Amino acid sequence: MGKFFAVVLTIIALVSAVPIVMHTWWMPPDISTHGHAIDEQLTDTMAEAGFSFLAAQLLLALFVWKFSERKDSGPIKSLPGGAKGLVIAALILVGTEMLALGVLGQKAWASVYFTPASPNALQVQAQAGQFAFYFRYPGADGKFGALHPDKIDEGNQNYFGLDPANEVEARDDIVSGELAIPANREVLLLIHAKDVGHSFYVPELRIQQDFVPGLDLSVHFTATKVGRYEIVCTQLCGLGHYNMKAYLNVMSQEDFDKWLKQKASEQ
Amino acid sequence: MTTDGKATAAAMNRSSAEEAAKSGIWVGIAAITMTFAAFTSAIIVREGTDTSWHHMTLPGVLYLNTLVLIASSITLELSRRPVAARISRREAAGQEGSRSGLLWLLVTLGLGLMFLAGQYAAWRELASQGLFLATNPSSSFFYVLTAVHGVHLLGGLAALGYLAGKLSMAGARLRRSTAEATSIYWHFMGGLWIYLLLVMRTRL
Amino acid sequence: MQEASAPQAQQGHHGPPEGFIRKYVFSLDHKVIGKQYYGLALVAVFIGMTLSWLMRYHLIYPNGKIFGLELLSKVGAPGGVMTPEYYLSLMTMHGTLMVFFVLTNAPFAAFGNYFLPIQIGAEDMAFPRFNMMSFWVTLVAFLVLVTAFFIPDGPPISGWTAYAPLSAVGTDAGPGLGWGQNLWGLSIAIFCVGSLLGSLNFIATTLDLRAKGMTLMRMPLCTWAWFITACISLLAFAVLLPACLLLVLDRMAGTSFFIPAGLVVSDRLQAHAGGSPLLWQHLFWFFGHPEVYIAILPAMGIVSHILINSIRRPLLSAKVIIYSMMSIGFLSYMVWGHHMFVSGMNPFSSLMFSFPTLTITIPATVMTLIWLGSLYGARIRFTSASLFALGFISMFVSGGVSGFFLAQPSIDIYLHATYFVVGHFHMVMGVAAIFGVFAGTYFWFPKMTGRMMSEGLGKVHFWFTFIGTYCIFMPFHYLGLAGNVRRYSSFVDDFLLPLMPVHRFITIAALITGAAQFIFLYNLIHSRFRGKVAPVNPWEATSLEWTIPSPPPWNNFGDRHPVVYHDPHQYGVKGSLGDYVMQDSPEKIENES
Repeated sequence: MGKFFAVVLTIIALVSAVPIVMHTWWMPPDISTHGHAIDEQLTDTMAEAGFSFLAAQLLLALFVWKFSERKDSGPIKSLPGGAKGLVIAALILVGTEMLALGVLGQKAWASVYFTPASPNALQVQAQAGQFAFYFRYPGADGKFGALHPDKIDEGNQNYFGLDPANEVEARDDIVSGELAIPANREVLLLIHAKDVGHSFYVPELRIQQDFVPGLDLSVHFTATKVGRYEIVCTQLCGLGHYNMKAYLNVMSQEDFDKWLKQKASEQ
Repeated sequence: MTTDGKATAAAMNRSSAEEAAKSGIWVGIAAITMTFAAFTSAIIVREGTDTSWHHMTLPGVLYLNTLVLIASSITLELSRRPVAARISRREAAGQEGSRSGLLWLLVTLGLGLMFLAGQYAAWRELASQGLFLATNPSSSFFYVLTAVHGVHLLGGLAALGYLAGKLSMAGARLRRSTAEATSIYWHFMGGLWIYLLLVMRTRL
Repeated sequence: MQEASAPQAQQGHHGPPEGFIRKYVFSLDHKVIGKQYYGLALVAVFIGMTLSWLMRYHLIYPNGKIFGLELLSKVGAPGGVMTPEYYLSLMTMHGTLMVFFVLTNAPFAAFGNYFLPIQIGAEDMAFPRFNMMSFWVTLVAFLVLVTAFFIPDGPPISGWTAYAPLSAVGTDAGPGLGWGQNLWGLSIAIFCVGSLLGSLNFIATTLDLRAKGMTLMRMPLCTWAWFITACISLLAFAVLLPACLLLVLDRMAGTSFFIPAGLVVSDRLQAHAGGSPLLWQHLFWFFGHPEVYIAILPAMGIVSHILINSIRRPLLSAKVIIYSMMSIGFLSYMVWGHHMFVSGMNPFSSLMFSFPTLTITIPATVMTLIWLGSLYGARIRFTSASLFALGFISMFVSGGVSGFFLAQPSIDIYLHATYFVVGHFHMVMGVAAIFGVFAGTYFWFPKMTGRMMSEGLGKVHFWFTFIGTYCIFMPFHYLGLAGNVRRYSSFVDDFLLPLMPVHRFITIAALITGAAQFIFLYNLIHSRFRGKVAPVNPWEATSLEWTIPSPPPWNNFGDRHPVVYHDPHQYGVKGSLGDYVMQDSPEKIENES
C-alpha cells in the first residue's frame, strides 16, 4: 500500500507540473507597460512555489515508500537535526523567500498604485451597471459633466445621468459602449458604479479593479499593442454577470482621433 | 477506589465546575466585547465614508439611566456578602443575613428594570423628534447599540431573577459560581454601557 | 455513593438520560450532540455536493436538461434547464452550506463535542445545557437556510460572501434577493449564536474540567486544535453576528449601513444614503479569513493525532505543532484585507495585509516539515484513517503553495476572482479539511458506534477521493492562470472558449469523485449495523478515549476518575517501533520530557 501511495503521489505531482512548465494554459501576452513587472513576479513566485510543491510531495512519497514496509519493530530512528533543524530551516528558507517575494512584489504593486497618473493622461470615465459597461470621454472642453443619478434614462440613452440642458460641461461628453484608447498613451480610468459592485478586468492588460458603489476610484495604465480585447466583469453583480462584457479597442493615435471625432458627431 | 476517594474526586469536580462557570463568563464577556468592538469600528468606517454625517443630541434621560445602572452595581455589591454567607452556611431562607441579601438583590433587579424603562423613554423621545431607526446613520446606530445592549442586559436580569428566586426558596441550593458569574456579568454590563455612552456622545 | 452523586447533580451535571427524547433528541450528552452535529454536516455535505454536480453539469451544457430539476424550482429551471440566475442561487447555497454547515460543523463541532471532554478526562462539557442549545440553534439556522429553496423566488444569488449592496438593496437587483436573502442573513446570524455558545463551552471545558494530571501540554494535539479553534471562532462569529444584524436591518428596516447614495438599480433610484459597501467587506472578511482556520486547524489536529498512531512514533516535536497552530490562529486576525486587494481599499493597507499573510507560510511550513520529518524512520501502518491523514498532508501542501501567489497584491491584480482562487481555497480549506474529517471518521467510528468500518471499502473510497480531487482542483489553477473568471454560469467570452475542454474534464472528474462518496455513505451506514464489533482500543492508541468501552457509557468514565501520567505521544517508548504507553498508565517512562 505504501509503495502504491508513493507512486501515485509522484505521478500526481509530476503530471500537475507539466501544464505549468509547458504553459499549456497560461496568461495571454501582456499588452501593458506595467504588466511585465507582474509577470516577472508571478514567474518568480511560480518557481518558488513549484519547487516547494514538488519538494514536499516527492519527499512525502519518498518517506512513505521507504518506511512503509518495515516488518521489524526495530529501533526508532529520528531525522538528523530533529525538530530544531527543521524549524530553523523553515524560518531561514521560507522566511527569506517570503520576505523577498513581499519586497520584490511591492515594486510591481507600486507601478500600478503608487505612481500617480501623469497630468496629460487621457481621462476616461467607466461606469458599470447591471449588466453593461459604458465609457465617457470629456469632449472638447476636457471637462466631464456632473452625474445625476435621478436623470439616468437608459431608454433615451442617458446612461450616466447627464444634464446637457442645464450644464455646459455635459453637452460635449462622448459616451461609448466600447473603451477605445490610443496605444502608448497613458489612460486614467475613472471608476464609477451605477448600482451594485462590479469589476473591470482585462487579462491582457493585467488590470483588475473593482467598481465600489459610492466610492469613486481610478486606475491608470498604458496599452502598447493595437488590438481588440475583452473587458469582463469579475465581481458577482447578479444574474447577467457571466454575460457582462465590453471591448477594449487599442488604436493608433490617428485612428483614435478619427474614432473620437466620429463618435462626437453621432452624439 | 474507596468511597472516600470518590468523595474527594467529586469535590474536585465540583470546584472545577465552579471554575468553569467563572471562565465561562469571562469568555462570554470577551465575545460581547468583540461584538461591540465591531460596532464601534463600523461607526468609524461609516462616519469616514459619509460626507453628510448628521450628529445628534443624545436624550437627556440617558444620563439618568447611567446613574441608575451605576447604582444597581452598588446595590448588587451590597447583596454580595449576605448572599455569600447564605451559600457557605446554607442558611435557611428567611433568616436575617439572607433576607438582606435578597432585599438588595431585588433592589438591583428593580434598578435594572428602571434602566430598561429609561432606555425605552429615550427611544420615545427620539421618536417624538422624528428620529427613527432608518432616519439617519446616527439614529440607526443609536437604536442598534441601545437595543443590542438592552438584549444583553435582559440576560443579566434573568440571571438576577434566577438568583432571587433561589434565595427566596427555602432549602434551595445556590452555587457560589452562579452568584459570582452573575455579578461579574452585571458589572460588565454597566461598564459596557458607560463605554457606549462615551462612543455615542463623541461619535453620533 | 449517596454523597458522591449529590454534589454532581448540584453542579449542573446530568444524570443518566431516560426516555427516547432525552437520550437522542434533546440530549445533554456531549457524545450525542457530537453525533447530531456529524449527522447535520453529513446531510449538508450531500446537499452541497449535489449542488456542485448540478453546477458542473450546467457549466458544460448550459442548455442541457436536468431530469427532475424543474420539480425543485419551476422558475429556476423551466423544463429542467437551469437559468443563469438559478446557477448563482445554487452556487450561493453550495458555498454557504459547505463553509458553515460542513467545514465548521464536522471537524470542529462534531468531533470536538464528542472527543474533547473524553480526551481531557471529563464527564461532559462544562455547560451541557448550552451545548444542547448550540446544536439546536445550529439546526434552526440550517432549516432557515434550506427554506430558501422552497420559496417562489429561490435562494439568494449574491454568493456566500453576500457582498453589499447586491445583497442589501432587495429584489430590484435580481431574483432571490428578496426573502431568499433575508433567510440567508437570518440563518447566518442564528448560526453565529450557536457557534458562540459552542465555542464558549469548548474553552471553559478545556480550561477547567481536565482530569488530574492532564496538564495543558499533555492534551492530545486534536484537543489543542479544538481549543485554539474555539478561541478563533469565538472572536470571529462575534463579529459576523453584528455584521449580519446590520445587513438584515438594511434590508428589512430601511437603514443604510452598507448602501451608499445615488444607486440606480433596475431604473429605480434607491432611497438610501451614505452607507459603505467596503464596511461589509471588512466585517465579513474579519470573520471570513479566521473561518478558513476554523475549518483547517481541527483537521490539522486530527491528522497529527492519527499520524502518530499510524507511524508508531511521536512527532519530532508536538510543542512546535502547538505553537504553530497558535501563531496561525493569532495571524489569522491580521490578514483579512488580502481578500480586498482590488476593492479600492487604500493601496498602502494592501501591503500591510500582504506581509502577515506571507508570514503565515512560516508556521504552515514548519508544521508540514514536522509531519514529513516524523515519517523518517517510522513504520507506517496503512489504515484508511492513516491514508487520509497522509493525503491531508499532500492536499495541504498543494492548496498552500497557491497561497504564495494570492498573498501578493501585485499578482492578485491578475489572479483575483479567477478559478485560481477557487482552486486554492477548495484544496486547502475544502478538500484538506474534509480529508481530516474522513481520517477522523475512519479512526473514531469504532469508538463512536462500537463497530468497525470496512477497511477495504475505506481504501477504495480513499483512492477515488485522492486522485479524484486532484483531477478536479488542480486544473482550476490552470484555468485561473489563463484568466478564467469565477462565478460565471456559462462561458461566452472568446478568451474562455478554448478552456472548455478543461471544464469538461473537471465535470467528469467531479461526477466520478462525487459518486465515490456514496461508497463512504454505504460503509458508514452498513458498518453501523453490520460492522465487526469493535474492541476498546483497536488502533493501539494512547489517549483517554481508548481506555473506555466502545461506545462509551453516558458518563464516559463511569465512576472512575481518570488520572493522567503521560502525554499522548508515548509511541515507541522503549526505543522500538510498535510499543506504546497509554496516558493513564502509571508505568514510568525513561527520558520523558
